[in-house]
Amino acid sequence: MSRLLVCEPEYFSIQYEINPWMRLSNSVGPERARIQWQGLMDVLTNKAGARLERIKPVPGLPDMVFTANAGSVLGRKAVPSRFRHPERQREEPCFEQWFREQGYDVTQLEEGLYFEGAGDLLGFPDTWFGGYRQRSDIRAYIRLSEIFGREIIPVELVDRRFYHLDTCFCPLSGGELLYYPPAFDGYAQKVIEDRIGRDRRLVVPESEALRFACNAVCIKQRVVLPEGCAETMALLADRGYEPCPSPLDEFMKAGGSAKCLTLALD
Amino acid sequence: MSAPQETVLLQGHIIDSLILAKVLDAILMLGGTFDLLDVQIGVTREQPSRARILVRASSGQQLTDILEAIQPHGAVVERESDCRVEPAPTTGVLPPEFYATTHLPTQVRLRGEWIDVEGIEMDVAIRVGADGSTAHAVPMGQVREGDLIVVGREGVRVLPLERPKQRDVFSFMQAQVSSERPHRHIIADIAGRMTVLREGYREARSGGCQDSLVLLVGGPAIVHAGGRDALTWLIESEFVHVLFGGNALAAHDMEAHLYGTSLGYGLSAGRAVPHGHEHHLRTINRIRAIGSIEKAVTSGVVTGGIMAACVRHGVRMVLAGSIRDDGPLPGVVTDSVQAQAAMRAALPGVKLALLVASTLHAVATGNLLPATVPTVCVDVNPAVPTKLADRGSFQAVGLVMDAASFLRELARELGWKG
Repeated sequence: MSRLLVCEPEYFSIQYEINPWMRLSNSVGPERARIQWQGLMDVLTNKAGARLERIKPVPGLPDMVFTANAGSVLGRKAVPSRFRHPERQREEPCFEQWFREQGYDVTQLEEGLYFEGAGDLLGFPDTWFGGYRQRSDIRAYIRLSEIFGREIIPVELVDRRFYHLDTCFCPLSGGELLYYPPAFDGYAQKVIEDRIGRDRRLVVPESEALRFACNAVCIKQRVVLPEGCAETMALLADRGYEPCPSPLDEFMKAGGSAKCLTLALD
Repeated sequence: MSAPQETVLLQGHIIDSLILAKVLDAILMLGGTFDLLDVQIGVTREQPSRARILVRASSGQQLTDILEAIQPHGAVVERESDCRVEPAPTTGVLPPEFYATTHLPTQVRLRGEWIDVEGIEMDVAIRVGADGSTAHAVPMGQVREGDLIVVGREGVRVLPLERPKQRDVFSFMQAQVSSERPHRHIIADIAGRMTVLREGYREARSGGCQDSLVLLVGGPAIVHAGGRDALTWLIESEFVHVLFGGNALAAHDMEAHLYGTSLGYGLSAGRAVPHGHEHHLRTINRIRAIGSIEKAVTSGVVTGGIMAACVRHGVRMVLAGSIRDDGPLPGVVTDSVQAQAAMRAALPGVKLALLVASTLHAVATGNLLPATVPTVCVDVNPAVPTKLADRGSFQAVGLVMDAASFLRELARELGWKG
């Protein structure tokens, strides 16, 4: 059973601009957002078999819906995020409190050591990859590697549109990687190629990367991704995965999609 | 002024992630250079690795640019602290944890500022001035009770030698000792340096700071082997400005003048002359009677040779005695601590050192010279330049050849017609 932490989009809206996708003028349709979010939840539970844990939305924290940035979890250990932008730093105590209430062994990073949770820290069972430069600080991975006892390979994100690792990098349950290489600098591209064999790398075309095809949730053989990514779906189907598209364009207005709206708890 | 530099630390999974490679590439791309001071590689995949990198730039701005570029990749400037000092417990004794110097340019951090250590030489301590803003190298024997001496290694940094801009034999700055290497181009390079230094010497003589001096450290083999005329010419032509030697160099030089022998051998006939072994004793005795080498020259007793040339051209001489000396000649410093001090006092301004056919004086001088002074060690015995290098004077270029051949070739390169 895969458990996911989610947060209803009750207060979701565009109230500031902290990534290239956000435009104050491009306001969110609350009803449409609620319907899309509920649609995603249905796909996750009914099709992918996930179990949902909910955190109560807080007025004035519009991005709390993106629970991928709550922190990182492994077993009973949790490290809450340290957001780079003051607008999202106000979410930190909410997520930290939730982890504590659920009985997690919580370790906090020192203040100023930016780390934006599972938005930037993803990986395979043995090796994790940590996106840095845009949001998370590379030095956070030294500490996280100690806390979680995992090798963490820092990879530099160089395209502002792909500001979190989970916008351009999606490890799949069978060991394959769905990703968009130009979001990384040359060194990171080389490291990814060294670590993940050619036959396990599924390269997403730019047009679909910009629809956040990589911001997908993989549970066993099911991959829940934003709709409108036909080539990516074909790539996945070719490897035996069942793509489950979900309309999420209201959330793209804030620079997030399926993966950003969930935090894998186990 | 030393090149701007900073030590940074890089930690984490920096090897497989190519982060170390990226940081080093960034330093080079921005025009800097680096030394990897130490790299510890994690034994298991989970263990982090760690690298200390010395970043050097040609200007402060360039260093700032490099640090700004590499900090996002995790490079953290190593926390620096001021050097620690402790008072010398008693005159002539250093605090137990004193910092022992090398002969490389060295800086200490005082009140947040990196200060050059003046008069650096190897195997001494560093004394911080009472006002806490200056630092000097100080030999153990010269320390006074209460002097503030640098202890430990914090706040001390040794700067690597910059490669000289001049492209000659000294630009490699490492000991090369071989009897099988051609000498000619080395001697031509030495002559080239001496020509430039003589110009500087002459300019400074007409008012200015004298910092274009050539030091020659010589043994008596110069006289025995027939290099006396060439060296005399070099001194008279103002190519040599400081002379270090012992009792024997001076004694045999003046013996040659007074008796035509060197340690009893006729220099022109090439064989022992009757009672020749007494000549150097009679020479020493005569100079002792006169009172000084200088008076022997000015009174017209000694009118030619190395000593006469030195006296006439104001060459600063330090003759250091040794336990086997006869006499010794007046002016020979028989207390070795005083002799060291006299040699040290004569070194400021020396920009080239020629150590010719003298093991003990060569090593003693090597100990006193900063690594920044180009040094040539000439001896027929390859063990001498090797010994010098083994004792730390790695900047010395070794030439395995006879002293007289060397001096004659060098003088000819500089215009001697002998």
